[in-house]
Amino acid sequence: MESVSIRDVSLNFGAVSVLEKLNLDVGQGEFLVLLGPSGCGKSTLLNCIAGLLDVSDGQIFIRDRNVTWEEPKDRGIGMVFQSYALYPQMTVEGNLSFGLKNQGMPRPEIKERIDRAAGILQIENLLQRKPAQLSGGQRQRVAIGRALVRDVDVFLFDEPLSNLDAKLRSELRVEIKRLHQKLTNTMIYVTHDQIEALTLADRIAVMKGGVIQQLDEPHTIYNRPRNLFVAGFIGSPAMSFLDGNVVAKGGGFAFRIGEHEVPLAGYVADGKIKATDGAIFGVRPEHVEIRHGDNDPGNNFYPGTVDLEEPMGADSLVWISFGGQTLSARVDGSKRFRPGDKVYLGFNLPMTSLFDRQTETRM
Amino acid sequence: MTLHSGLQGPTGPKPRRAISRRNIFLYGTLIVVSVYYLLPLYVMIVTSLKGMPEIRLGNIFSPPVEITFEPWVKAWSSACTGLNCDGLSRGFWNSVKILVPSVALSIAIASVNGYALANWRFRGADFFFTILIFGAFIPYQVMIYPIVILLREAGLYTDLSGLVIVHTIFGMPILTLLFRNYFTTVPEDLFKAARVDGAGFWGIYFRIMLPMSLPIFVVAVILQVTGIWNDFLFGVVYTKPENYPMTVQLNNIVNSVQGVKEYNVNMAATLLTGLVPLAIYFVSGKLFVRGIAAGAVKG
Amino acid sequence: MAEASLAPIVREKGRPIRLTRNLTAKIASIPMVLTALVIFVGCTAWTVVYSFTSTRSIPRLDFVGFDQYRRLWSTNRWLVSIENLAIYGILSAIFSLLIGFVLAALLDQKIRFENTFRTILLYPFALSFIVTGLVWQWILNPDFGLQKVVRDLGWESFVFNPLNNADTVIYGVLIAGLWQGTGLIMCLMLAGLRGIDQDIWNAARVDGIPKWKTYVFVIIPMMRAVFVTTLVLIASGIIKVYDLVVAQTSGGPGIASEVPAKYVYDFMFGRTNLGQGFAASTMMLVSVLVVLIPWAYLEFGSKRRD
Repeated sequence: MESVSIRDVSLNFGAVSVLEKLNLDVGQGEFLVLLGPSGCGKSTLLNCIAGLLDVSDGQIFIRDRNVTWEEPKDRGIGMVFQSYALYPQMTVEGNLSFGLKNQGMPRPEIKERIDRAAGILQIENLLQRKPAQLSGGQRQRVAIGRALVRDVDVFLFDEPLSNLDAKLRSELRVEIKRLHQKLTNTMIYVTHDQIEALTLADRIAVMKGGVIQQLDEPHTIYNRPRNLFVAGFIGSPAMSFLDGNVVAKGGGFAFRIGEHEVPLAGYVADGKIKATDGAIFGVRPEHVEIRHGDNDPGNNFYPGTVDLEEPMGADSLVWISFGGQTLSARVDGSKRFRPGDKVYLGFNLPMTSLFDRQTETRM
Repeated sequence: MTLHSGLQGPTGPKPRRAISRRNIFLYGTLIVVSVYYLLPLYVMIVTSLKGMPEIRLGNIFSPPVEITFEPWVKAWSSACTGLNCDGLSRGFWNSVKILVPSVALSIAIASVNGYALANWRFRGADFFFTILIFGAFIPYQVMIYPIVILLREAGLYTDLSGLVIVHTIFGMPILTLLFRNYFTTVPEDLFKAARVDGAGFWGIYFRIMLPMSLPIFVVAVILQVTGIWNDFLFGVVYTKPENYPMTVQLNNIVNSVQGVKEYNVNMAATLLTGLVPLAIYFVSGKLFVRGIAAGAVKG
Repeated sequence: MAEASLAPIVREKGRPIRLTRNLTAKIASIPMVLTALVIFVGCTAWTVVYSFTSTRSIPRLDFVGFDQYRRLWSTNRWLVSIENLAIYGILSAIFSLLIGFVLAALLDQKIRFENTFRTILLYPFALSFIVTGLVWQWILNPDFGLQKVVRDLGWESFVFNPLNNADTVIYGVLIAGLWQGTGLIMCLMLAGLRGIDQDIWNAARVDGIPKWKTYVFVIIPMMRAVFVTTLVLIASGIIKVYDLVVAQTSGGPGIASEVPAKYVYDFMFGRTNLGQGFAASTMMLVSVLVVLIPWAYLEFGSKRRD
């Protein structure tokens, strides 16, 4: 039994299509991240799962129950909002107990649930404070607590870390990961930050324009991006893209850029490669090896010129002119390259991606 | 993994009936309330278009069988107050004569005040401004008599210009607040750049502030026109009968007549008096709301 | 129009004299300063001072202590006016807040024709109190107005004649006052409601809290500042109620709908008993201060504490 299933869900606002025939299955206890730029529909999808928005078409199942027409409170979900939305005039304890009291739950049980949640989230000493007296991180934990006491299967997170500064964000990211390891709940998490996605997710659904571009485990998304958008969105520093053609060569294929031909032996294809005039070669900086141009390293290395160097502490990012285009390479911070230096480039082919320029999909 | 074959069961948006209990309650309440609010207007119009015999026979809600504009004509040109039988036209023109200079003067002064407070903070400015704001809460009654004395000394008591000054004075707190709040939202860099260019107090006011503050001037005008046109207290204290504004005249026409009450004329007169601010209200819509809210949110 | 607006800063005894700095601004602000000092402070003080004199028709600086006040508080007409103000004020505040909030909540429900409804509910505010008083005088007229309408419909013994009954006339004035003023309260409440973060509503919905409970336990407590400000506004407006009474009832029947503002006017300009007028208007000032000073302390005192 899947925890959450989405079948052919579409959502239109008037003539504008926000979600297009989405299908998604989330396993029990899975941490699924909905990742994408602003306006891609990820928050909208989350709100549909929550029941805060009606879908225009399709169905939503939670634990095999069709909840498409159910109110949020009957779906077995808990939700954490970007602004936390804690009830400002109530204490933390009040915030946690309000929903339960409304259900008519007996006092001892309410207290037991609050104590348990407070223990897990380490907010026991904050119970009598009001939200205004809490720090951003504490408020976030109370917001999670409000979902925890509901004793539900599925937690929904709507960009909970976006309002925090970078340092706090990385601290709380770790806490959320620990929380997921401690609990058995399914978590669906929306963010535009790919670092959060990569570190937290069991699987990532990359979205754009209301469509899921790719649904895979993080390392697959990272190393085998299905299309140009996913390849460019994930990874920091970003992947370099080179325009060129694919030509048949010696029983296999090669990528021709400018006057260089890079044989594609070792490339892991999604389907079949074919010769084509419009192709884009994508390679991440850490998969480009460069050596100084003094001695020719031989085969599989191609000449290029350094444009500029970006020292970043432990590593440096070197921008290189190659075949009339630019790409970046990551080198150890101790190595120095100066603009104008002649260098030789090598590619870690199994880790690269080749895209058809027309369809933008990976070959 | 369970297979969901086809789409059976609840699909798509939750079915919502247009005629739901919630909608009936919601729209029903609002419509009932709206009727209650519109009723007086309806009554005013309907009564003012009937002849007196019809009024005596019918009730206030029934539409006129025979529409006549005679009450309007009478109200305007020949209705009697206790003193003369000139109709409301005299009061109307008095009100106009009071309105135009008052609006112009009060807005001119208040806008300069607001500008000075927002951009040229000098010592004591905020102190006087605070007094001004608190002054807006002081009941007029506690200040009106000394003002009479002051105006008498200046020879302006019962003169229309005296009333103009009074309106300017009492319009100052709200308008200054309005302009000050508006001018503080103008980016300070604009102001600094102008200073660097060598412009001074008046230069910046006329060449930079004024051209970009049309919206707030409209709001201020709406606020003042409504307030001054509808004023009664100052009109009755600071003018003599020839100079009575429309509201004072209206009250005299309706309430000081002995003998036969001509209800239709009264309602016509009432409508005529309310027409100017009502027209402004319906035309300016959202701006009016903004102006009132700005005036109402003090401090 | 280039002006040297920064006059030279003169140093004397090591301290710069700032009098001539921002000179133009200061000159331009003279009307504000004059108004604040001469009118708001000066005239008020003048009236208060003279309320302690024996002034009748000509101001005389002849101090008699609290004599005027003693006379004031033993005058039946003044006591009636105070009682009327209390009734009108308290009921007006309660009902306009209640009705205003409910209407605002209704309008906040993402309904169609919101602008139309809002226009209808607010238009009375554009009218003069004189107009309002006169039209409601007409509607409450026993011979032609509501009473007659209902009687004509069959209910022969229906009685609805508030304005001619000394005990109920103030309620007739209240009806008219509410009709005029509630629209504004509704607008303020609506603005307050619109300022509430949508996620609060979502969180309550996920928690399963029914809408009415959300209003009572979450939204209204969050709008405390709006309520307070609105209440202060209502209070300062109520004290000033004058035109409405003059138009609707002329203070009658008899003195049954007398209000302090009218009392002041009648004694100052009608009967030329200035002393009484001064005392009465000072009492009005006191009642405003009683509301204003605690509020100002709460608002600005707590801001300083932050």
